[in-house]
Amino acid sequence: MALKYLIEKEFKQMMRNKILPIIFLILPIAIINVIPRIATQEIKNLKFSVVDNDHSPLSQRLVLKITASMYFNLVGVFPSYEKALATIESCEADIIVEIEPDFEKNLVTTGTANVFIAGNAVNGMKGAMGTSYLVQIIADYAAQLRDEEGLNGTQTLVAGYNVAPRFLYNSTLDYKLYMIPALMAMLLVLLVAFLPALNIVGEKEKGTIEQINVTPVGRTEFILSKLIPYAAVGIFLLSFAMLLSKAIHGFVPAGSIGAIYVFAIAFCLVVASLGLIISNYSNTTQQAALTMFFFIMIFMLMSGLLTPVASMPQWAQTLTLINPMRYFMETMRTLYLKDAGLGELLPQLWRLCLMATVLWVWAIVSYRKKS
Amino acid sequence: MKDNYVIVAEGLTKRFGEFTATDHITFNVKEGEIFGFLGANGAGKTTAMRMLCGLSIPSEGRAQVAGYDVATESEQVKRNIGYMSQKFSLYNDLSISENLKLFGGIYGMGRKQIKEKTHTLLTELDLIKEKDTLVKLLPLGWKQKLAFSLAIFHEPKIVFLDEPTGGVDPITRRQFWELIYKAADNGITVFVTTHYMDEAEYCDRVSIMVDGQIKALDTPNALKAQFRANSLYDVFLSLARTATRSDS
Repeated sequence: MALKYLIEKEFKQMMRNKILPIIFLILPIAIINVIPRIATQEIKNLKFSVVDNDHSPLSQRLVLKITASMYFNLVGVFPSYEKALATIESCEADIIVEIEPDFEKNLVTTGTANVFIAGNAVNGMKGAMGTSYLVQIIADYAAQLRDEEGLNGTQTLVAGYNVAPRFLYNSTLDYKLYMIPALMAMLLVLLVAFLPALNIVGEKEKGTIEQINVTPVGRTEFILSKLIPYAAVGIFLLSFAMLLSKAIHGFVPAGSIGAIYVFAIAFCLVVASLGLIISNYSNTTQQAALTMFFFIMIFMLMSGLLTPVASMPQWAQTLTLINPMRYFMETMRTLYLKDAGLGELLPQLWRLCLMATVLWVWAIVSYRKKS
Repeated sequence: MKDNYVIVAEGLTKRFGEFTATDHITFNVKEGEIFGFLGANGAGKTTAMRMLCGLSIPSEGRAQVAGYDVATESEQVKRNIGYMSQKFSLYNDLSISENLKLFGGIYGMGRKQIKEKTHTLLTELDLIKEKDTLVKLLPLGWKQKLAFSLAIFHEPKIVFLDEPTGGVDPITRRQFWELIYKAADNGITVFVTTHYMDEAEYCDRVSIMVDGQIKALDTPNALKAQFRANSLYDVFLSLARTATRSDS
């Protein structure tokens, strides 16, 4: 009975907070709209300058082919390497492609010709990725020429075999699609773990907990009244983020949406209970915030958000088994990219449920009405 | 005879490490009485009161409040008492009626009952216009009256008031004591701490604590006679001067 009054009170306080409702709206927008565009390993729009010493149809076709790729934009064709280098120095270009004199003649007569690539490595990522993309395009061009004209000896330019990977999930290898489900998990852990951690200890600081403790309110009821609103906030944030992801990026989960919600509720209960436990043991909000910060950092870094769990050392992989964030991130990615349902994800689900139960009981036991 | 006592404390003691805040206090409070619990700052009043309210577990001794043991049956104790702490502890970000509704709900009152009670109470307090005002916007005197009303909102047997009139102007203090008398008339036992000796004179019986122990306990008039003093103020001074503990 008392539970509904307590929950009502939590919601009122949350909505009357000057900052919280704004954060609930702004944070998902920032995380879903902005972060995927920033936190990307993809290199696009590389600017390249060309020094064409041959001016033959075949050299021009090569330049056209590079330009046609979505990764490269042509800055200009320059008469000398020095002139082209000047475009790199002024940051107009990232990469130079120099085609040797007699490129076409050499190709036709000997079957080999040289293309010189110079990448600006000030931005190491751009330099390395750009160079390797270019090499792929040139190799592809060589293969094309061989097919068309049966040019002799072009095999020396291209590898004798061709591996064509076919990606089952996220077939266009869109990095955003890979990051967005993980960012949704991050959004939840930021708010649904942090806010409860500040809640009970905040009541201790204000003194209001005293007035509650002197009533016959049950510990279970009290903890539930703190958990349920934050789980609800978590579900709201997730739904909002999923809508944003659909509206902005056109991404919808490939798997079951129902399964996403089941996992989200379990995950929210885990992290909100953890927050309440920290709050119960803390004497000041500062103490609680710093403790929670520690947990959130570890959760994120060991979840596979930025670096895959599979490439961590074995001991670290073992540690991730107790990281609720790892399971939630894994399932969010799975459910967004693959056509999966609850059935495939049962191992993750029961682990999250186990954690939720243990932490929930702990949160109740650690809440003391008397000292 | 003993059935008439709603608070029975026997050798009630609380230690924090080496420090004994409340040192073997023994006293009884009769039903319907206004019991003044006096003592200098740091004498152990609040600690004793927190033990009686089931907020603090006694280190030694025992106490019964409303017939329940404060150590083992604290939740039953809480069902039968109201408490107003020294520090204002209602929700500042809720309105007056929302605070009443929350605590009414916690004590198991129904929505309709809460609504009616809120209306009569706020009419009596002349706060009905401020029903939907956030508590943080109220002046201190109103806040204290509200806190007291909230402590007796669920009609407890006993109400504990910890320095309820601290920082309140004389007129509001007067009104506050009228509220206390009214509660006592309705059969609620009032257990109150105060530093104002004029307020102590209003009590049926008074105890004076020094250094964690009760040094005097009787009606105000009997105490004055016992200490050959003109006022409780003089009684208090002569006892408080013997204190070895100091606040600073």
